[in-house]
Amino acid sequence: MACFLAPVTEAVIVTAVEKKIGNKAENAEVVNSTENIKIPLKRKLKWLNHMLWGGAALLAFEHVWHGEVTLWFPFLTAMSNAEDAAGMFKEIATTGVCMSGLITAVWLGICRVADSIANRSVSENRGGMEA
Amino acid sequence: MTLMITVYAAIISTIVWYNRKDDSLKTGLLCFIYWGASLMWLVDAFFEYFSEGADYFNPAAQDMINDAFLGFAAVALGLIIWMIRLLVTDPKGSVRRALSKQDQ
Repeated sequence: MACFLAPVTEAVIVTAVEKKIGNKAENAEVVNSTENIKIPLKRKLKWLNHMLWGGAALLAFEHVWHGEVTLWFPFLTAMSNAEDAAGMFKEIATTGVCMSGLITAVWLGICRVADSIANRSVSENRGGMEA
Repeated sequence: MTLMITVYAAIISTIVWYNRKDDSLKTGLLCFIYWGASLMWLVDAFFEYFSEGADYFNPAAQDMINDAFLGFAAVALGLIIWMIRLLVTDPKGSVRRALSKQDQ
């Protein structure tokens, strides 16, 4: 009914955090004291943002397709009566929250793998130079 | 069906991204859009499976056609979002070059 509202809410928060982090060392690889390469948080948050906004946009389109979202007030057809509204809020709290949770979990996995791949390429280069 | 079509779009866009020569087409955005939508529809599918049971895997032909149509429309929307962003950010400067040519 309106499950995409949970990922949209998360996307708004992530966008605000991304903006707050600012342009410090944008897209640059940060090398810390132990020479481990870490991809900047701003760049990682951009990945999460793209998944959340992109996914929510296509999901919102699906809801428009099924006539659950309208262009006029109150925009959600389920808001027309209390029973449907209760069902909609339940769906946001269950399906919507699970969607946000899964996207965030997958994003955390991507971040871990990306960091390890970045480090792997550095250690391989170092090994190549030493050989 | 919508989930299947979006997953295929995500896989194809990821292959295109992996084989990219440079980053000028920004295909990474397309991957994230389709993977994001695929994960969301996967959750939706799980909830539908738990409410409908095995019937979920036996949809009516009419529903399948409608879902397939929706899936292709969603893929097209993803491409439109990506293309608009590509033209607005204009990483290769093609749009700017075209506009400056018209000025001369």
